[in-house]
Amino acid sequence: MTDTFIIVGAGQAGGQAAATLRSKGFEGRIVLIGEENYVPYERPPLSKAFLAGELPVEKTFLKKPDFYDNKNIELRLGRRVVAIDRQARTVNLDNGESIGYDKLLLATGSRVRKLTVPGAELSGIHYLRDIADVEGIRAAMKPGARLAIVGAGYIGLEVAAVARKLGHEVTVVEALDRVMARVVAPQVSAFYEKVHREAGVDLRLGTGLTAFEGDGRFEQLRLTDGSAVPGDLAVVGIGIVPNVELAQEIGLKVDNGIVVDEYGRTEDPDIFAAGDVTNHPNAILGRNIRLESVQNAMSQAMAAALAMLGHLEAYNEVPWFWSDQYDLKLQIAGLWEPDDEIVVRGDMESRKFSVVYLRDGAIAAINVINNMRDFLPAKKLIEAKSKVDPARLADPEVPLKEFLTT
Amino acid sequence: MAKLIVTTREGETSEVEGERGISVMEILRDNDFEVAAICGGCCSCATCHVYVDEEWMDKLPAREEDERELLEELESFKDNSRLSCQIEFTDDLDGLQVTIAPDE
Ligand SMILES: Cc1cc2nc3c(=O)[nH]c(=O)nc-3n(C[C@H](O)[C@H](O)[C@H](O)COP(=O)(O)OP(=O)(O)OC[C@H]3O[C@@H](n4cnc5c(N)ncnc54)[C@H](O)[C@@H]3O)c2cc1C
Ligand code: FES
Repeated sequence: MTDTFIIVGAGQAGGQAAATLRSKGFEGRIVLIGEENYVPYERPPLSKAFLAGELPVEKTFLKKPDFYDNKNIELRLGRRVVAIDRQARTVNLDNGESIGYDKLLLATGSRVRKLTVPGAELSGIHYLRDIADVEGIRAAMKPGARLAIVGAGYIGLEVAAVARKLGHEVTVVEALDRVMARVVAPQVSAFYEKVHREAGVDLRLGTGLTAFEGDGRFEQLRLTDGSAVPGDLAVVGIGIVPNVELAQEIGLKVDNGIVVDEYGRTEDPDIFAAGDVTNHPNAILGRNIRLESVQNAMSQAMAAALAMLGHLEAYNEVPWFWSDQYDLKLQIAGLWEPDDEIVVRGDMESRKFSVVYLRDGAIAAINVINNMRDFLPAKKLIEAKSKVDPARLADPEVPLKEFLTT
Repeated sequence: MAKLIVTTREGETSEVEGERGISVMEILRDNDFEVAAICGGCCSCATCHVYVDEEWMDKLPAREEDERELLEELESFKDNSRLSCQIEFTDDLDGLQVTIAPDE
């Protein structure tokens, strides 16, 4: 009898885990079950090149569709896992089918947080998580259509940038007083606010949404200051919630994500988890975190796949992330905290600079804007936690890697 | 179909068919070579680093700024280093030889 490994969720983590299992020599049965109708794909282009219409859908696929057949990975697409039975070690699908597992990986990712204000049920209000969502937005973005975007996180801003490039009128409404407040310091927010305003975005900060208004169909946003923002479509990007329900129902520990160790193991020796859905320890940061990033999905999936095969290799990386807006390529490594000391390397006006976050005299995080040379050394410095001299750090002519040796 | 000749980190060399118009990284990934290619080819991660056979270096389009800046910071950087996601595979590259660089 060969073992059956089931992966729930055919997203970035699920797809990567299946590939890793095979490349590491697993010869048993692999069943990869995903609710969407697509082979595993990369989400980042959804709010960037794919939304802009610059990328055919196949280009987002993690592997070519025939990869799964070639590797003897059973793909069940358009199928949802509705329940798991830990005693019987089976998963139940929405078509009534039940499949037994020896090991199970939960890679269910996350879903968008929805607004519940009056009018939230009107048509013409879009969210952005999957290919189908982008198709809906693109169909609504007819020439001249005006976009009313709710939320100035990186998704809202990326959509704004694409829409401006395509010549649409864009308003972005954000309840907080600055953009990307969760991930960057106020200086960087201010830089991006200027960029968006110069590109013609009507940015309304510190303004909440009270209702969507319209006759059956979205026509305008009503804001906390009483004003209205008319639009032909609304796009909402206000964060995500991890898909933890399956794990919760079977009594696994859930605390802002499925709790796993550094190998992606839950407390059930046959159940593992990876990706957006996990709350996991990070030794570099010295605490538990839940991340929403490709780096995390891919690397944690590799570690979890190895652990399923009995090889324990801890997943412990400096978290990193990127966002493309206009000509600006933003790379973020480490996690920013409000008390960090800020050092800017380079001239912000030149649109090529880095912002370094110092904590206890060491580099804790970095934002790299069109300045790739700082990125890899910064990741190493964050990991090493060595003290750096802020004055020297502020000199962009001093390569970051020089701090590694001192 | 043009051929791509790949040497793994373990030093094994094999030949694969490369589809035109996709990147060398995509060919490596589809054929299950060990390139993590975390960022999916947007020149952000440097996990698709390869060494290109010297003979081929001048047949490839030059490195753009982002690629150059990322590569130069790698400990394993050499003159013939490239990010495979930044090389589009074309008929002219039939027979291209690459060696997968160490993981950093
Ligand atoms: C528009 C957008 C842009 C992004 N840009 C970036 C970026 O630039 N850089 C970056 O690092 N990250 C980015 N991210 C985040 C990144 O894409 C996610 O962190 C990553 O996709 C998480 O992978 P995952 O496998 O954990 O989850 P997902 O990719 O969400 O996959 C989970 C899959 O599981 C399926 N599923 C869930 N429950 C079930 C069930 N019960 N049965 C069957 N299937 C189920 C879901 O349908 C989904 O397909 C972006 C995300 C979005 C939405
Ligand atoms: S795949 Fe990330 S840089 Fe090439």
